[in-house]
Amino acid sequence: MAEIENKLLSHIATLARLSLSENETQAFAHDLAQILKYAESLESINLEGVPPMSHATEGERFRPDEPTHDLTREQALQNAPDQEAGLFRVPLVIGG
Amino acid sequence: MSVLTQMGVSEIAASVRAKRVSAVDVVGAHLARIAEKDGAVGAFLAGSSEAAKAEARAIDERVARGEDPGPFAGVPIAVKDVINVRGLPTTCGSKILKGFHPPYEATVIQRLKAAGAIVLGKANMDEFAMGSSNENSAYGPVRNPWDPSRVPGGSSGGSAAAVSADFAAMALGSDTGGSIRQPAALCGVVGLKPTYGRVSRYGLVAFASSLDQIGPLTRSCEDAALTLEIIAGQDVHDATSSPRPVDDYRAALTQPTKGLRIGVPRDFLSKGVDPGVMAEFEKTLSVLEKDGASLVDVDLPNAPHAIAVYYLVATAEASSNLARFDGVRYGHRAESATARATLKDMYGETRDAGFGAEVKRRIILGTFVLSSGYYDAYYVRAQKVRTLIRRDFETAFASCDVIATPTTPSPAFKLGEKTANPLEMYLADVFTVPANLAGVPGISVPCGFSNGLPVGFQFVGPSFEEKTLIRAGHAVERLMGVVGRRPVF
Repeated sequence: MAEIENKLLSHIATLARLSLSENETQAFAHDLAQILKYAESLESINLEGVPPMSHATEGERFRPDEPTHDLTREQALQNAPDQEAGLFRVPLVIGG
Repeated sequence: MSVLTQMGVSEIAASVRAKRVSAVDVVGAHLARIAEKDGAVGAFLAGSSEAAKAEARAIDERVARGEDPGPFAGVPIAVKDVINVRGLPTTCGSKILKGFHPPYEATVIQRLKAAGAIVLGKANMDEFAMGSSNENSAYGPVRNPWDPSRVPGGSSGGSAAAVSADFAAMALGSDTGGSIRQPAALCGVVGLKPTYGRVSRYGLVAFASSLDQIGPLTRSCEDAALTLEIIAGQDVHDATSSPRPVDDYRAALTQPTKGLRIGVPRDFLSKGVDPGVMAEFEKTLSVLEKDGASLVDVDLPNAPHAIAVYYLVATAEASSNLARFDGVRYGHRAESATARATLKDMYGETRDAGFGAEVKRRIILGTFVLSSGYYDAYYVRAQKVRTLIRRDFETAFASCDVIATPTTPSPAFKLGEKTANPLEMYLADVFTVPANLAGVPGISVPCGFSNGLPVGFQFVGPSFEEKTLIRAGHAVERLMGVVGRRPVF
């Protein structure tokens, strides 16, 4: 994986919901290739039987999954870029 | 009585409680210094002088009534702009959150305010805590008080500079791969990253949730210990916060150096360290040994892989965490060029315009390593090496109490020096990243100077052994005579 093609990078940008310019696409493709080349050092490590580590916590701790009312509707909407009738307003979702 | 802005946390609180000085005078002196000097530094993004003065008056009134406002009585603090404080905006150093006012307050802030602390303002930072120089802030860089042509480090650059410049007695930072310890080292202050789970992350805007911790930047280990006593402990709002009891960290200040076993990972330090930094590190080690510590050779065979693991794991988590910035519920929304733009267009344009280059670079990398076809080869592999890095620490701590390294491979570098090469910038965190991956605590303490620039000495300890870090850090502070030296700017 030495080369990240611009096409692959455009696909990743779509998944990440980033409308990159052509210049950005090229620059990030170059940077990613460089970083992934650096990460190639991990390929030589023997990982047989080694479990993946996702967290450093001592065991899982769960709270009861009960709804609470930490925010009022007003507080939840106070930073919204666009709202109407107590709801978040967004552009066209389907079609267009 | 020392100059008000040079007093530490403990001295201010003791003086305010004993009515030797008023909180109003303490806060006023700090605000005046910020007004006079922060133009040259750029440590603060926002603040409310009036609110701070009003809180100071309230503290003084409580003292006058015979009440005790608490162990932070009248202590002026700065807060990294990734932590929510009621009444002040949270921008995370990003355009995408310009003007965002959090509807709730971080647990650490609630606890500090309940102990009498007064928030002066929000500290500048690398955007979303991504960076090692504070040059990724959308609101301009921070300059190092020791040399304004140099960076303060990052991502908690504003926090470190504020404490170094005597703008605040304590600043909160966050540390995902070194973002408290690295700027603390470059600015000549103490920086403590607690064990993962020791301090609640509620109200901290998430970067990489399995690595992030909040911690203090101070001018002494005593002040770091006192801050940790207040902010540590279980919180119902953070399921990863530990139920373990909080230690009396200040008791560790009286522990002798004698008997302390210091592990030194010689192989890990064998290349890439600036000679001036290495000289101060070796000098400090030998002084600690003369004072009764024993030096033990330890091996961290997988530590050299930490940067690679970190940039795969942290970016994966960031790509997920930063998905919430989409222009719907808060923050910036791009005014779309076409009238019939769809929601998807709005997402893409909002995020492209709202995020800076480094944040986009990391979202792209993180999305890539999590994407179909690459997930096992990159993300899962990195998680497995993370296990090995944690095991290295567990093995090493069987023969030592703390592990010592320089905090950073070099002192503060020039603004612009590393911005063209992301990978080179990432290597500034080579000695700090392993502790985040393993979840263990670390502290950086000033130990000397190289060409007039501060050098940081790092101790990493076993999980929940912050008291041992305070003990070791205080020994460096006591023996090396760096405490009390201040930048002139």
